[in-house]
Amino acid sequence: MAPPGADARLLDVEGLIARYPVPRGLLGAVMRRPQLTVKAVDGVSFSVAAGEMVALVGESGCGKTTTAQTVIRMVEHQGGSIRFDGTEIGSLNPRELRPLRREIQIIYQDPYESLDPRFTVRDTIEEPIRVHSLVARSEDREAKVHEAMERAGLTPPELFIDRYPHELSGGQRQRVAIAAALVLEPKLLIADEPVSMLDVSVRAGILALLDGLRRDGMGVLMITHDLSTAAHFADRIAVMYLGRIVEEGPAREVVRNPQHPYTKALISVVPRRDPDQRTVPQILIGETPNPVNVPPGCRFHPRCPAAEGRCKETDPELREVVGLDPLHRAACLLL
Amino acid sequence: MSSRPPVIRVEDLHVWFALPGGGELHAVQGVTFELREGERMGLVGESGCGKTTTILAMMGLLPATASVSGKVILEGKDILIGGEETISPHRWNDIAMIFQGAMNAFNPVKTVGAQIAEPMVLHGLATRKGARLRVAELLDLVGISGDRADRYPHEFSGGMRQRAAIAMALACSPKVLLADEPTTALDVMVQAQILELLVSLSSTLGQELGLTVILVTHDLPVVAQVCDRTAVMYAGQIVEMAGMSEIYHDPRHPYSRMLFAATPDLLGDEEVASIPGAPPRLDREIAGCPFRPRCDSVFEPCATLSPPRREPVAGHEARCHLNDPALTEMAS
Repeated sequence: MAPPGADARLLDVEGLIARYPVPRGLLGAVMRRPQLTVKAVDGVSFSVAAGEMVALVGESGCGKTTTAQTVIRMVEHQGGSIRFDGTEIGSLNPRELRPLRREIQIIYQDPYESLDPRFTVRDTIEEPIRVHSLVARSEDREAKVHEAMERAGLTPPELFIDRYPHELSGGQRQRVAIAAALVLEPKLLIADEPVSMLDVSVRAGILALLDGLRRDGMGVLMITHDLSTAAHFADRIAVMYLGRIVEEGPAREVVRNPQHPYTKALISVVPRRDPDQRTVPQILIGETPNPVNVPPGCRFHPRCPAAEGRCKETDPELREVVGLDPLHRAACLLL
Repeated sequence: MSSRPPVIRVEDLHVWFALPGGGELHAVQGVTFELREGERMGLVGESGCGKTTTILAMMGLLPATASVSGKVILEGKDILIGGEETISPHRWNDIAMIFQGAMNAFNPVKTVGAQIAEPMVLHGLATRKGARLRVAELLDLVGISGDRADRYPHEFSGGMRQRAAIAMALACSPKVLLADEPTTALDVMVQAQILELLVSLSSTLGQELGLTVILVTHDLPVVAQVCDRTAVMYAGQIVEMAGMSEIYHDPRHPYSRMLFAATPDLLGDEEVASIPGAPPRLDREIAGCPFRPRCDSVFEPCATLSPPRREPVAGHEARCHLNDPALTEMAS
């Protein structure tokens, strides 16, 4: 929870921009129609410290997954800087990136798709060690695999190590994916919707596992659409809307005292567990605009219930809100 | 309200699936519940607990490998008794279903309106012209402007396609709507809109609507916010059924309590705890209580006695030995 001072920052992203060209098709190219771009990530800044879990939350299409993929350089970015462990990694070439690939690992939403069905648990977890030629002796590799499995809660390892994905439950598969990430001893783990495909009864176990890794000093960047999960497990929450972080701060603060009108609306529609606390959903008009045509001024103004004239002109920056925790920042002109 | 007869009653429903390698999977094991007009009930539980199989059985839409026993009583008449022959007159006309993922099942090369109209024309319920009018009416009912009928599915957002799927289910003005995970793939903002729509369709009592809704989902908070009552299923049985507030504040089955405890709440501070273990296999007999291996409150009778349905409080039933004073006294 400590404020991430400049030196404690494991990952430091500044003004990140990632755009995808919209395919024009043959006719479009012949007709010389203007090339459109999807502004998936449009100036995103955030940081993750060692031993900290940061949740990037937002609706589908807000750019949260692209942000994560840009951080691991799976998607090219067109602007901004990505500093990892003190080094600018945004400009490294694939060869220079290789050692880094060990230090940042990513796990995905769907443990049914992310594991190779023809690989045993051993093969899956061992593969990263082979790819990075880390351990020569096979006994040592086996020991590493066992250790990673134990850390991921697949105990006793002997019970699972020779199984194929189809012989495992969803929760166990996600643990295999986590073990395969842990075997490289990364400093940063990116978890893209790590529990959304899993049954409620096993979700808490996977999240507690990530929480334990964080406590052991790993930085965790969790991408999620589930504010309740983020509120419970993350240290900080960053809310994304249309390619931009519109609010960020300590997790409890953001959900209990939201500042940005978008966050307020988003929180109002989260169903509460207690049936007696019926929520009064503040349903926003319209759909999330297309990131091809980001509205001028504040990108949220067309749907904002509080928008004023100046919101159409000035693009607000993320800044501190008077009277609040200095780490709690929002991008709204009206604050 | 309790004086009204139930619109639909499911009685001792069992479903078995024949397994390819021989043997049977007992997917639904004696499910009984009833709903009154305009009531909204949740059917919650983990994957594989039998919730979707239960509502597919009510629709008579199970595959040929399934065998079914029990009754589905619609307005006093068992529609399951004669199989397809007695169900088909009621399917879509009286009981309709929104399938999981229906919003992604539209044919991309036909307009949404044509797809909503198609079953009406095929069943001889409307002429082409009549169907067009009905489509506009239905779209309007679910909050889509009628002139959108000529648009293609890709021109609709996810939320609009889900509304269109609901409109399709409502085409024949059914009394009972079975909704299978209707908001699972949607964003919270769109989810809120769809849930609001389901509530408004059911609470228009006395008018044409007053739909009775069964909401199948794994998402407890959704049920908590939308339903009057919920049934919690585990291993093919309803293990607890009660009013929403009763089951939340005074759960009578450890599984329901543990499910709530496994669900993070936006503003809650309590530790979120997973439920250890996994549901039992349903292709073999289970001795004692099926939840026993995962339960935190096991005592002697759980290993040998299968807990029967008890009603410790009026309107609140559970299958757990803890509700039997004779057994708990003996154990202490």
